[in-house]
Amino acid sequence: MIANYGYMDGSGEYYITIDTDKCVECEGKMCVTACPKALFERVTDDYDDDVVKIADSKVKDIRYQCMECKSPGHPVLPCIAACTPMALKHSW
Amino acid sequence: MTQKEYWRWDEKCWKDESMDSSDVKIISVGIDIGSVSSEAAICLDGKFYASNTVRTGSNSPTSAKDALKPLLEHAEISYEAVDFIVGTGYGRVNIPFQDKAVTEIACHGRGANYMVGPSLRTILDMGGQDCKAIHIDERGKVTNFLMNDKCAAGTGRGMETIADLLKVPITEIGDRSFQINAPAEPISNVCVVFAKSEAMAMVKSGKTLNEVLASYCKAMADRVTQLLDRIGMEKEFFITGGISKNRGVTERIEENLGIEAVKPKDERFDAQTAGALGAALFGFVLASKKGSKKDTRKGQIL
Repeated sequence: MIANYGYMDGSGEYYITIDTDKCVECEGKMCVTACPKALFERVTDDYDDDVVKIADSKVKDIRYQCMECKSPGHPVLPCIAACTPMALKHSW
Repeated sequence: MTQKEYWRWDEKCWKDESMDSSDVKIISVGIDIGSVSSEAAICLDGKFYASNTVRTGSNSPTSAKDALKPLLEHAEISYEAVDFIVGTGYGRVNIPFQDKAVTEIACHGRGANYMVGPSLRTILDMGGQDCKAIHIDERGKVTNFLMNDKCAAGTGRGMETIADLLKVPITEIGDRSFQINAPAEPISNVCVVFAKSEAMAMVKSGKTLNEVLASYCKAMADRVTQLLDRIGMEKEFFITGGISKNRGVTERIEENLGIEAVKPKDERFDAQTAGALGAALFGFVLASKKGSKKDTRKGQIL
């Protein structure tokens, strides 16, 4: 499943996409600890798969949560670097 | 004097009179607690039997009870006979008598698949406070979804706000939005507060109410079309949620996409209850796999 978490508003589109078919194969789920803002949480989804999602409380402000990691001096996002199955994408 | 509630829509309790509830193995219930409406649905051995739609109240437990209790009475099924109850929607975690909570995205996928059939691939769920674009496979399993609940633009609550502002009953908006002589003028589709201001300005500038309604319906359609543009459109296409009853929006979405939305295979099915139906279908599968919960359920409906 391609799960898009985030929103679009007057300033643009801000989505983090998780490919759960790839995510389910990853045992470590290192993105959970790699994110300094604790955006990711490990859950059992509706189809009983062990996957990662964006915490509900943070979906509506991911643009601001991710701002620090996207600032100059951070060439690779920590979550992207930690995601070995390459299941994560940012839309902005 | 009581103020007229222009936003109020019809609450509806329905059951399939051709079905018999007396000789079934599994009775499953789905309850969808949305921000604006709450629905309950009953399935008998995985077949859609009955549903109820009510206005969401001040809290989720009360709304769940208000949706389910009259439905069980109408369907002549006792609460104790229900094998599995699945909660879904915005308020799903606060339903005290549910046996499991499932996200509304998965429930809409399964419910819409039942209502339309295995050829359905894209669902647009236009709810009270959010809008979701969902792709499903032939079994109703979600393969891709995108949700926007950042603001009320493109949602049922936004439409209620405009109905109240213009003092037009919400059930008349769809038809009236086509009773115009010129194409709808553009209006803000990113914020209901801005749209409200623009609507007032249009009224003051001499536009008819129908023209303002047409502009708002067009703005809403444009807004949700952006969601579908992002995940892509695959046929067949179906619209669920309360806004599915507003042809002023749905027909403009179809015009934007160049695709006609399919209708439920049974005209008695209400697309607003797709989430609750999906929850009841999840309940049927869970009861089949894990057994009935009727003897161990802790929460009481009363």
